[in-house]
Amino acid sequence: MSASAEVLSQAFTLGYTYTRSTGPVVGRFLTALRDRKIVGIKGSDGKVIVPPMEWDPVTAEALSDFVDLPDTGVVKSWAWVKHPRGKHPLDKPFAWAQIQFDGADIPMIHCVDAGDESAMKAGMRVKVRWAEETIGSINDIACFDPA
Amino acid sequence: MRDIAIVSFVQSDCVRDAGAQNEVELIMPVLRKALDAAGIQSAQDVDFTCSGSCDYLQGAAFAFVSGVDPLGAVPPIKESHVEMDAAWALYEAVLKITMGQAESALVYGFGKSSPGELPIVLSQQLDPYYMAPLWLDSISTAALQARTMLDNGDITEKDMAEVVARSRKNAKSNPHAQLKGDVSVDELLAEPTYLSPLRKHDCCPVSDGACAMVVATVEKAKEWGKPYAVLKGIDHRIESHNFGARDLTQSPSTQAAAKSAGVANGPVEVAEIYAPFSHQEIILKRALGLGDDTVVNPSGGVLAGNLMMASGLSRIGEVAMRIIRGDIKRGIAHATSGHALQQNLVAVLEEA
Repeated sequence: MSASAEVLSQAFTLGYTYTRSTGPVVGRFLTALRDRKIVGIKGSDGKVIVPPMEWDPVTAEALSDFVDLPDTGVVKSWAWVKHPRGKHPLDKPFAWAQIQFDGADIPMIHCVDAGDESAMKAGMRVKVRWAEETIGSINDIACFDPA
Repeated sequence: MRDIAIVSFVQSDCVRDAGAQNEVELIMPVLRKALDAAGIQSAQDVDFTCSGSCDYLQGAAFAFVSGVDPLGAVPPIKESHVEMDAAWALYEAVLKITMGQAESALVYGFGKSSPGELPIVLSQQLDPYYMAPLWLDSISTAALQARTMLDNGDITEKDMAEVVARSRKNAKSNPHAQLKGDVSVDELLAEPTYLSPLRKHDCCPVSDGACAMVVATVEKAKEWGKPYAVLKGIDHRIESHNFGARDLTQSPSTQAAAKSAGVANGPVEVAEIYAPFSHQEIILKRALGLGDDTVVNPSGGVLAGNLMMASGLSRIGEVAMRIIRGDIKRGIAHATSGHALQQNLVAVLEEA
């Protein structure tokens, strides 16, 4: 060992040497989002589920019957975030909501930019506000606007 | 199932911030006391050890391995871990004993939640494509559930405040509780909303701490010569990860687990229920089929202090110790995991 303060170093780039596929169901939904479209799937009982699930939530049957839907829907339940957290999708007070797309039977959770808590109520109509750039992610839906 | 003896149980104080104490330092005192109470020396004296914790709280893969350090695992022991509340570690120990592979087991759970932003950390329990990227936190999902119940007329805000007032009052006799005291329903309802419709007191606090339990076959417990409570039944069930596909106002998984564990096979004197949010206690009380003659959460429950990954085992331990002390003859305990009561475990305990 020499007395000099030599520090051994080596450049290192953390890389994942594999790619992960989101598969035929989740992938189809995310790809549709990239194209600014909403796709649902029919459950075993015929109910339309958005976002599509790979397996039926009750019977666990594999699902594959896709349905195209509009980008509008109805708020079923909501919660008002008075103090948004750093990671939250909006940096001002907003609502989380269970939103049922028109033509769907099962609601999904996303956020609504309603401005004020008093503007929120169950049954209100909302419409997707698309992100400026869509990449095939749930965040391609920037939020929902009251419609 | 065969009867299992719960021989000892110890829980630490629930503290908002354990400061410089690491997980090993949180675990060691409760392990020591639980082993002493069972009259044994170390993990070498049981056939199996199982812990419950969550690597996400520590923010490092395989962080749970440091939780094995307090055991002194040399010479090698038979050991396992669940990335869940330690109530599920107990479930694994029960299976191990039922299979005849162990006659005794040490079970423990620990969580130091204070260093992180717990509700955001828990958002990563959700569907990785549809919900986790939104950072949908655990308070928000509970708030959506509470709103659905309020809008349906299933509960009122006053019902929720009553749960909180009773929790704080009961916690006065629990030396480990973090939040306790006399507070009126009117005072609680006068507080502003935090994540509407929830007020801050509707949400369990963030706590650091640990708990430990020693269980054995009834034969082994008799050999040790220690008093014990009998675990008569235990079961757990899960619901869909898709909130929309669930009826959030009910808990069918709790109902199914309660039926299978045998809750209705006798009177329920005490029920310790893991309800991190006030409205959830009401859902669970209904799902468990409890009447007004059952004392719910005499410890104050988790609204008085919530040790992530240990609170579920603590519910079982609270009931077990009441039986061991001779206060009651029969009680039930419940543990939950995931958002908005997704997964639920129910245990039935009786006197020996």
